[in-house]
Amino acid sequence: MSDSQNNSVAFVATEVIPQSPPPARETGVVKWLRENLFSSVTNGVLTVVALYLIYLVLAATLPWIFNGIWTTSSLSECREVLQGKTGACFSVLTERWHQLIYGFKYPADAYWRPNLAFVLMLVAIAPVLFFDLPRKLLLFTAVYPFIAFWLIWGGTILAPLVVFVGFVAAAVVFQKFGRSSFAVGFFGGIAVALVVWTVGGALIPDGASDNALLPAVPSRDLGGFMLNLMLGVTCVSLSIPLGIALALGRQSDMPLIKGICVVFIEFIRGVPLITLLFVASVMLAYFFPPESTVDLFLRVVIMITMFSAAYIAEVIRGGLAALPKGQYEAADSLGLDYPQAMRLIILPQALKISIPGIVNVAVGLFKDTTLVSVISMFDLVGMIRGPILASTEWNGVYWELFGFAALLFFVVCYGISQYSQWLERKLHKGH
Amino acid sequence: MTNLTDPPRESFRLSMLLNDTRYRSLTFQAIAAIVLALAIWELGGNLAQNLRAAGLNISLSFMSDPAGYDINQRLVEYDSQSSHARAALVGILNTLLVAFLACITATVFGVIAGVLRLSNNWLVSKVMAFYVEIFRNIPVLIWILIIYTIMTSVMPGPRAFRGDNATSSMLFDRFAFTNRGIYIPMPWFENGIFGNPTLNWLLVIAGLIGSWIGARSVTRWANQKQEMTGQRPNTLWIKLAIWLVPFVLLMVIMGLSWEIPALKGFNFKGGIKIGGPLIALWFALSIYTGAFIAENVRAGIQAVSKGQTEAAAALGLRANRVMNLVILPQALRVIIPPLISNYLNITKNTSLAILVGYADITATLGGITLNQTGRAIECVLLLMLFYLTASLLISMAMNIYNSSVKLKER
Repeated sequence: MSDSQNNSVAFVATEVIPQSPPPARETGVVKWLRENLFSSVTNGVLTVVALYLIYLVLAATLPWIFNGIWTTSSLSECREVLQGKTGACFSVLTERWHQLIYGFKYPADAYWRPNLAFVLMLVAIAPVLFFDLPRKLLLFTAVYPFIAFWLIWGGTILAPLVVFVGFVAAAVVFQKFGRSSFAVGFFGGIAVALVVWTVGGALIPDGASDNALLPAVPSRDLGGFMLNLMLGVTCVSLSIPLGIALALGRQSDMPLIKGICVVFIEFIRGVPLITLLFVASVMLAYFFPPESTVDLFLRVVIMITMFSAAYIAEVIRGGLAALPKGQYEAADSLGLDYPQAMRLIILPQALKISIPGIVNVAVGLFKDTTLVSVISMFDLVGMIRGPILASTEWNGVYWELFGFAALLFFVVCYGISQYSQWLERKLHKGH
Repeated sequence: MTNLTDPPRESFRLSMLLNDTRYRSLTFQAIAAIVLALAIWELGGNLAQNLRAAGLNISLSFMSDPAGYDINQRLVEYDSQSSHARAALVGILNTLLVAFLACITATVFGVIAGVLRLSNNWLVSKVMAFYVEIFRNIPVLIWILIIYTIMTSVMPGPRAFRGDNATSSMLFDRFAFTNRGIYIPMPWFENGIFGNPTLNWLLVIAGLIGSWIGARSVTRWANQKQEMTGQRPNTLWIKLAIWLVPFVLLMVIMGLSWEIPALKGFNFKGGIKIGGPLIALWFALSIYTGAFIAENVRAGIQAVSKGQTEAAAALGLRANRVMNLVILPQALRVIIPPLISNYLNITKNTSLAILVGYADITATLGGITLNQTGRAIECVLLLMLFYLTASLLISMAMNIYNSSVKLKER
């Protein structure tokens, strides 16, 4: 019935018209270009300006990079090879590679030691960064600092061993007594560790380092990017416990403890790192006993650790403040005492909130380790400004060296900040 | 009947010092006080012993001795016979100068980059993201060195401006960009009202402050009128007149003219010289901190929910009024606290001046004075005192501003 009716009306189409493709300006590349780059006159102008800027940068750098020379042994030879063309002289990187990475005094036949320490560091740090890895790996993380110390500084293995045994003894004592009373376990652990260190230190024979398996390397021989990495990793890991202690102290209702923490944090945060490094290089020696010789590396580690601890303390304080008050009250109502409440309820949550902030401080601190070049330590920047640019072969090779330093720092810092963003997404449970 | 009695009062036992919460905190504080006192005693003892061994004493009398070194970049009179205290003052002023300049330009860079990063132009937002990531993830020290290298080894020397076939020429015949610094024309008054040029400049500043007060009162008058009648009078021309007329009059009366830098001998003479180190430090700090500020600005704008914009549009506000009255006041509340800490960072990072030889307080007091006199403790402590004071003052000023834009809660 309906069929016949349809057929009978001349102006009604009998079949469906096939879908035609959307107009060219509404599809694919054209649509994307129009919406993202040329949606208005202003946008169009901005796009053209941006394109021109990109062109300028690429036109200046690309020939420079692709004409780069990698194999000569001085700047003048580079210029001969280039014959007036623009081109980079990357040979400075290949020729001075070891100096840039290890500094200019680290013994060449021992380069495998920091390399191994670096690889082991990646293994040790992995379970801290990625929670999905087996927790047993954390045992290696605990042992790693002593292995790394022994690898990099060499000398007798007894010294790091004694320190390690001291920590193990302290941990055992804490496990035994910490359950019943935190204070007894804590202070008992410290006391036992001190006893082990004193006795062990006396037991190490003089000259144990002379014929050690790994020849000793004095810390003034450390340098290059290795020094930056060592300072960054050491100071960040040392400053996290100190920062937690400071943050808790600042929250404490004991006026004296709170006062000490507030003054310390505000003082450190109010002065530039460089003045603290001056303290390390010219002033700190006055405060040690006259006959003691604390080397510059250790003094710098102390000051940078204090510096980053103050910043980390503020980050963690933010995390503590962000916890709902109910968490504190719930812990109290369960009858937990202060150490238990902190260890089991408060800190795990507060630290989780503060992880992105702590990572930011860590990135900032890692960048700030370059400041040690001001107090004449030869880190990566110090090596570039000092021995390499001052040498007759490479006087005037600025861009290759600064570009290399910038690239190294960028890779590490950008990597860490990407990790932090990944972690933030992972931890964000979206309640 | 039961008699309620108090439980027997416990007598004080020694174990209560650790187990009783009433006394425990006292115990801990006493322990802390003892440890602190012992540490100070030990450190102070070591210090006294070491100083005696080195034949030194703590005194600030060296500050009045002649410094004996020259400082190129200075805002006040100074020569090598001036005292160390004077050198420190020159350093302080230089620190404040570069910190002030860098705070302004960093804010400008940061706001531009932050806003452009939110642009719906894909290319522009990617370029800005690139800028932010590149500058945030490379140490400022390397940026300072890179820009200083550009200033000293890429810019032409004064010699290149000489002769008929000079390879470089001055921009508009007014500005000279050389490897020793940038020379710009210096304004001065031919017939100033006072004999002293400083007083003339103070008069100009006083005039500008007067204009500002006048413009404020015009705004207040317009607000009142709007409240009463609902009509807002157009104040643009009145304000423009209040700003411009006194300024132009002052300039004409005092005879403003420009001293243009010119090549004399081996160097440019006349005009204002902005030294290469100052420019390197200024530019590096502003472009580095600008990247951080850009992120703050972006976060601040994104923190204002889209509903606010739509609500304002529904009320019939024009786009610029939406920005000024609705978005910015709310975004500012999010932006300002991190902005304060970025300003503090700039001030502290000016201490890197020592790398490029800019004579800030770290380079004068903490560098040359320290090395010449050997007074490490006094110099470093004074240096820290200065930075502490500066940090506290800046955060105080910015906190006052912050509380003035803060949400007024009942």
